[in-house]
Amino acid sequence: MHKTSVPGVWRRFKNRYQIVGTQCETCKTNFYPPRELCPKCRRGGKISEKKFAGLGKIVTYTRVHAAPAGYEKQVPYAVAIVQLEEGPMLTTQIVDYNTDELKIGQSVRATFRKMYEDGDEGIIHYGTKFTPIRES
Amino acid sequence: MNPIAQYPFEISVEKVLKSSMVADPLTLLDCSPLTDGAAAIILAREDIAKKYTDTPVYLTGSGQASDTLALHDRSSLTGVLAAKIASEKAYKMAGVTAKDIPVAEVHDCFSIAELMAIEDIGFVSKGEGGKFVQDGQTKIGGKVAVNTSGGLKACGHPVGATGIKQAAEIVIQLRGDAGKRQVDGAEIGLTHNVGGSGATCVVNIFRR
Repeated sequence: MHKTSVPGVWRRFKNRYQIVGTQCETCKTNFYPPRELCPKCRRGGKISEKKFAGLGKIVTYTRVHAAPAGYEKQVPYAVAIVQLEEGPMLTTQIVDYNTDELKIGQSVRATFRKMYEDGDEGIIHYGTKFTPIRES
Repeated sequence: MNPIAQYPFEISVEKVLKSSMVADPLTLLDCSPLTDGAAAIILAREDIAKKYTDTPVYLTGSGQASDTLALHDRSSLTGVLAAKIASEKAYKMAGVTAKDIPVAEVHDCFSIAELMAIEDIGFVSKGEGGKFVQDGQTKIGGKVAVNTSGGLKACGHPVGATGIKQAAEIVIQLRGDAGKRQVDGAEIGLTHNVGGSGATCVVNIFRR
């Protein structure tokens, strides 16, 4: 009998591991996380999958010093609202930053990282964080 | 000034700034505390209310509005649109404007929330909230006394009871029973209660 592995199931959620969302082909609005319905076009909208480049800018940010359960080991960590080049905004951690790079307007790119662990023997959750783009 | 507040004593600006950081730039004392508390109001039709009390307080306007839960989907990060819409509905129903309100309880779950609240509900225009508070206009004796109970930060924030507690404070004010924190001659009062970081807001207007 076929057995399904837990990671195999998790990998089906594309938007957890990649910046994959949707686009309303009618009004060209992009959505991340994916929406199944365009709130503007409603029934007139046609939704299709859209992969984003993973590039964006910091709209606002904070540094969290008092963490919720599961994130205690990471303090202080930076959380930002990032606007993707394609339009959608998302809330994300900013990692591998120098203090002067944590600012409004900073260009950032997506990076695949560990998010948190469900205890010592539980699942390790992975996902997307963002990191500053440095001009080299 | 409120004997039943969770923190019924003065807290200096230095103490707030020196308290531990929670989420930059908000420190521990910028955030409302965890609170156990309860509040109650008795709602009844006017003719029934008059059988039980000689000093009924009337709910003359009520407005509710909602927005997305995710902050990143909001149209603005410097205001709560739901509060603006809810207050406009409440003012319209009560037939008053922001200028007519002498006393209000607003949802100051964090320091910044009070500034956004007084801007959202129209006591001041956008961006003027900080100056208005600094100038003492939200003190008793200012243009509009805000959070005479101490608000969420000083009186406490027993989450589910907070909205009713705000209404109770306004009723106490409109009846002239507020003692040392009484706003003289207050005939109209307002409450502003927020849920889900601004995903929902209810504004009520009361009259004695």
